Amino acid sequence: MAKYLMLKHYRSTSKSLDCAPMDQWTPDEVSAHMQYMNDFAAKLTETGEFVGGQALAPEGVWVRYDGEGRPPVTDGPFAETKDLIAGWMVIDVDSYERAVELAGELSAAPGPGGEPIREWLELRPFLGAPPTITE
Amino acid sequence: MTPPVDDVLVRSLVPGVLGVLVRRGADFAAAEDAVQEALVEAVRSWPAAPPRDPKGWLVTVAWRKFLDATRAETTRRRREEAVADEPPSGPVPSTDDTLQLYFLCAHPSLTPASAVALTLRAVGGLTTRQIAAAYLVPEATMAQRISRAKRTVSGIRFDSPGDVATVLRVLYLVFNEGYSGDVDLAAEAIRLTRQLAAAVDHPEVAGLLALMLLHHARRAARTADDGSLVPLAEQDRRRWDTALISEGVQVLQAALARDRLGEYQAQAAIAALHADAPTAAETDWVQIVEWYDELVRLTGSPVVRLNRAVAVGEADGPRAGLAALASVDASVPRFVAVQAYLHEKDGDRTTAARLYAEAAARAGNAAERDHLTRQAARLNSPGRPGR
Repeated sequence: MAKYLMLKHYRSTSKSLDCAPMDQWTPDEVSAHMQYMNDFAAKLTETGEFVGGQALAPEGVWVRYDGEGRPPVTDGPFAETKDLIAGWMVIDVDSYERAVELAGELSAAPGPGGEPIREWLELRPFLGAPPTITE
Repeated sequence: MTPPVDDVLVRSLVPGVLGVLVRRGADFAAAEDAVQEALVEAVRSWPAAPPRDPKGWLVTVAWRKFLDATRAETTRRRREEAVADEPPSGPVPSTDDTLQLYFLCAHPSLTPASAVALTLRAVGGLTTRQIAAAYLVPEATMAQRISRAKRTVSGIRFDSPGDVATVLRVLYLVFNEGYSGDVDLAAEAIRLTRQLAAAVDHPEVAGLLALMLLHHARRAARTADDGSLVPLAEQDRRRWDTALISEGVQVLQAALARDRLGEYQAQAAIAALHADAPTAAETDWVQIVEWYDELVRLTGSPVVRLNRAVAVGEADGPRAGLAALASVDASVPRFVAVQAYLHEKDGDRTTAARLYAEAAARAGNAAERDHLTRQAARLNSPGRPGR
């Protein structure tokens, strides 16, 4: 088994596709999209593949250390939302092929007119535990 | 204070108890649930009232739980009771049951992850919560994985013949892959393999048991205090567990004497040769290469070919190792790490440093990545010695 992180970016629904931002969808279209996401997570729990997932607010800042005795420096909020992470989901699957299949399915979440939005999802393997037998 | 229940002892009774229920006609999935409930009750009531016959106690309680569940189900479905209240009596061949249970839980229709989970629960007697924690998934997900696995094998006759090799693959996975949480998966894999070895006389079962014991013996030396990996050549061999090594060697020798070589015996033979070397420099690499040749013949596995190239590099020098590496599929995990190692041995530090960095970027786990990054850093900073 291997764990994968699926990252959803804000840009994908508005920029790289011929798809309006979500606030310009009809309320029913928004609901249908959210329902699809919830159903997807529920289905993966049922197949024994769901690990976790959360949505993230777009408001955020950059933070860094600024020396002993000084408060951390913050920068932001971000002017551009295009590269922001909108949410994540972690899955535990038998193969890379299965991870790609599931990411493809999540990317088919409905948008305006009920059409799949075909957003790009970022798929990243986790670093696992080291095996005991290596020689 | 009442003594706590001996968890390992109780769980060692699970296959036998489950076997009895299934032989009495209980459906496997329902029987397995009933046994889990009986275990919970044992943990609760045994400290105050330890039974004289723990297995008999578990059979009685599990059977009652099973009947209760069946009655509830039957009432719900308004159906006649399918199972008689009084269990049929008669002797039960418990070792056969144990073996059949291993076969069922490792059935080829299950994915490896499902077989692992089902084996740990139905044979090992671990709770779903413990198994979920060991594989870092939510309990609800693991519960579904296990119940799907039970559904998958529900149509299979309990006494249908199985293949020991599929069982060994599952036990190998339990030993080799998993996170360390509450449950010591390596120790659990060894316990389950011992139990299997007691139920079936098979040289490869013994081979796998020996392999596990010999690797488990190195456990204390395998990681540094900060959690980083210590490669075999740099391990403090005084920290190896000599009792486990001698048991592993004995088990292996008895298996090899049967003259039915298999991949686990060959792997264990290699581990035994490492265990036998007082220092890394005294390792009998020539014999290790011979065992790898056997393993290549037995499995044809590219991973084995990769490890063989390492051994050839030690036995005949890095150039020979690199030559052996030339015929290995470069997409095999750790290929670049081996390449880096052999180039360094050959004196080409620049190439080795570049390859170590590349290998780090390709590593499948953080401990290996950190180790490889340190190797690259060591070669890139000639003034500063380091591991």
